[in-house]
Amino acid sequence: MDDLIADFVAECRDMLEALGGEIVAWEAQPDDRARLDNIFRFVHTVKGNCGFFDFPRLEALSHAAEDALADVRAGRRQPDGALVSAVLAIIDRIAEMIAAIEAGEEMPAGDDSALIDALAPGAEGHATPVAATVADAQGKATSAPRTIRLSVELLDRVMSTVSDMVLARNELARRLRESETEVIVDGAFERLSAIIAEMRDAITRTRMQRIENLFVALPRMVRDLSGELGKQVLVDIEGGDVELDREMIEMIRDPLTHIIRNAVDHGIETPAERLKAGKREIGLLCVSARQSGNQILIDIQDDGRGIDGKKLVEKAIANGVIDKAAAAQLSPREQLALIFEAGLSTAKAVTAISGRGVGMDVVRSNVERIGGIVEVDSRPGEGTRMTLRVPLTLTIIPALTVSIGNQHFAIPRSAIEEIVRANGESVTLEHLGGAGVATIRGRRVPEVSLAEILGLESHVEDADRRLIVLRPAGGDVYALSVDRIHDHEELVVKPAAPAVMATGLYAGTTLADDGSPILLFDPAGLAEVGGVKLEAQERAARIAQGPANTGPRIVQVLLFHGLDGARRALRLAVVDRIEEVPISAVRTTAGQLRVQVGDAILPLAGAEGAELGGEKLRVFRLSDGVHEIGYAFREVVDFATIDNDVIHADRPGEVSGVSLINGEPAELVDAHWLFANHVGSSAHAAQPLVCRLPADDPWMQNMLRPIVEAAGYVVVGEDSEATADLVIASQGEQVGEAASAIFLRSEPEPAGKKDGSIYRYDRAGLLMALKSAGRGK
Amino acid sequence: VNELLLVVTIAGERVALPAAAVESVVELDTLIPVPRAAPHVAGLSALRSRVLTVIDCMRSLDLGVTDCSQGIREAAVVELDGHHYALIVDQVEDVVEALSAPAPLRAAMGAGWERASLGMVETETGPLLLVDVAAILAGGAEAKAA
Repeated sequence: MDDLIADFVAECRDMLEALGGEIVAWEAQPDDRARLDNIFRFVHTVKGNCGFFDFPRLEALSHAAEDALADVRAGRRQPDGALVSAVLAIIDRIAEMIAAIEAGEEMPAGDDSALIDALAPGAEGHATPVAATVADAQGKATSAPRTIRLSVELLDRVMSTVSDMVLARNELARRLRESETEVIVDGAFERLSAIIAEMRDAITRTRMQRIENLFVALPRMVRDLSGELGKQVLVDIEGGDVELDREMIEMIRDPLTHIIRNAVDHGIETPAERLKAGKREIGLLCVSARQSGNQILIDIQDDGRGIDGKKLVEKAIANGVIDKAAAAQLSPREQLALIFEAGLSTAKAVTAISGRGVGMDVVRSNVERIGGIVEVDSRPGEGTRMTLRVPLTLTIIPALTVSIGNQHFAIPRSAIEEIVRANGESVTLEHLGGAGVATIRGRRVPEVSLAEILGLESHVEDADRRLIVLRPAGGDVYALSVDRIHDHEELVVKPAAPAVMATGLYAGTTLADDGSPILLFDPAGLAEVGGVKLEAQERAARIAQGPANTGPRIVQVLLFHGLDGARRALRLAVVDRIEEVPISAVRTTAGQLRVQVGDAILPLAGAEGAELGGEKLRVFRLSDGVHEIGYAFREVVDFATIDNDVIHADRPGEVSGVSLINGEPAELVDAHWLFANHVGSSAHAAQPLVCRLPADDPWMQNMLRPIVEAAGYVVVGEDSEATADLVIASQGEQVGEAASAIFLRSEPEPAGKKDGSIYRYDRAGLLMALKSAGRGK
Repeated sequence: VNELLLVVTIAGERVALPAAAVESVVELDTLIPVPRAAPHVAGLSALRSRVLTVIDCMRSLDLGVTDCSQGIREAAVVELDGHHYALIVDQVEDVVEALSAPAPLRAAMGAGWERASLGMVETETGPLLLVDVAAILAGGAEAKAA
């Protein structure tokens, strides 16, 4: 009897798990017959089993739900919000009871009649707001696959036996090659080989699970939470087919749940607050998983109120987490990272949802325990993104094996961009001040030698080496030179011992097909130990706690001649790309020189007071990650590194100092000053700009409005109470009070004297005017 | 029942390891070095389908370096926190019964031994130093300096 009950409980639990997403999807689409059938099947199964086991309360509940759903199936009743809530409540009660049965406890006390009454047509259920899912679960099998339960230990044992079998096969293969065998023996061995390979494949899969198993419960959770809090949240789930080790999935379940609770509770505002802030009533929560290099990235992004870094800092100072002097040094990103410190919670009051005494510090320590990282990015008013990065250890990864001397290593293939010969065509390898620079088809990438990083001897000449261009997760490319490249292999990676991981170079160990151990590199770790600066990756101090850095960081600069002929240098990292524009794209608007590049208008530096001769102008496009500015120049001289002392300028200005670069003095351009002066304090418009357009003008509404909205304005009509930052009107019309106005004329050439009007199809002129009106604020 | 001890020689000295901590005794032939790892990590080796992290006990105790370049080395396999290690010793002798609980040794030992000592135990073949496996895995002065 006990066995039968255990089977019943296991079956119910499996069905409940699978139902989690179905119910919410059904709620969003009550006429979805397939989902209705699934839910019906569940209560039906429970009812059938209860009669057998004598659980009268379970039976009454499931019976009532089955009756109501049967009516819906037969078309006698239309499903509505009240019915869905009532069915949900019953399913929850059933889940509680099943949990109690499983634990061998008494049934939770309580009366079920209220729940059953709520099912009656027209009954007053507590109305709960609708949360819909747009998960890509459409094609999902509607019936749960047949499953059995196995302990992970047993799986591990099977897996290790299969690995031994592979090694034994390889040994046998060697012996067979050495001895004379009959063809018939070879044939039989080939077949055995293929079967073993297939078996290994299948067994390895058993440890892997689609992350969907973790995601499937989220819509339901968010629905319940948002209902409790009176919020409306739309959940968007992506990447459910990413595979992860099943143990890893269990480890990230709690951190993920906590982050989502936080997002709904603290992040997303109430519908009223959202409308006031000019957002849609329904908050959007995106959960996505993807594989990047040897990591799985899970993003949880909301469009809520965001995190106020300054408030966090104040709180951290008040709680003694950090002292004032240290607080002043924090970058915006580090300010946000304070949220992971113990004893900091941004909510004003502790709520039942996320204030359970478990903070983000616990989330972080849980994630770090499995070798992961959790990062936060947020803009006040716009939303928050939390990123969980968890390693791929214990998973199968495709890798490339390379060697230095006699030793083989593996590099995850996902990080490899390309492989070239050091002396190949369009590849040159140079050493500048000890630092390697490889030029591959005109692209300069830093080069490091694997032999040097590892301190191994290599008897291969520089020119005969292979260069592997690597792009670590979230980082910039660099080239790694190795002696030889061998093979592509699929490797089962296991975590290495702490003493090995402490080097910061390795992601794990694995066994090659011949049974010998191979170390798998962590491309980001290699770059760090090798002294390569990964510009795109801003690592907070505590994440980079790895091994002490080797030697001073190398500053790469771009050496060029400015329009005035001066020899200048710019840090390579701030230069996004080089553009060539016609001279006519440069204009003075809103008190500063600007250049139009494609569809963007950028402030232009480096051209003040210079003669703009010729027809074309070459411009560096500089980026600080958020804003861009252009910098005019005459010609690029070379890439270089700063290895001499820098003589700093007395006053802050465009040039921060001067240094000897490649034997001649060059002025160092201060990118920070450029951005500070050309982008300025108006960079962060806290409130969206408001633009008033005549509501009755079809041309304005149909043709102009999209352009204005694309430029970041909220468009209102004349009847709106809002104060407009900008008014657009036809030439000659009167406008009310506004910070600035744009007048449009319908003829290409101004009719009379210059009145500042713009031809309505002068797109560039319009964009420029929109941009400068925004600056004025 | 008294605790069982595995008697091994490290740097010419007979010492005891708690037999319960030792999974098996193996003979290592291939050794794959781990560049940049702490000096007492002699390398990696494979035992069936498991990767073993090979620890040079002599180096870990700051008593010199075991020459791993030639031939087969005897090693004791232990597990700590889910990782398997092979401890290279000069020789594995025997399993004996401990006749006493470990008692503190009051005479001064070498620094390396001092760090890894769990005390002295009596056996039928005389007193032996009981060695702490975790301390050996953690490595010696060089590992800490690194």
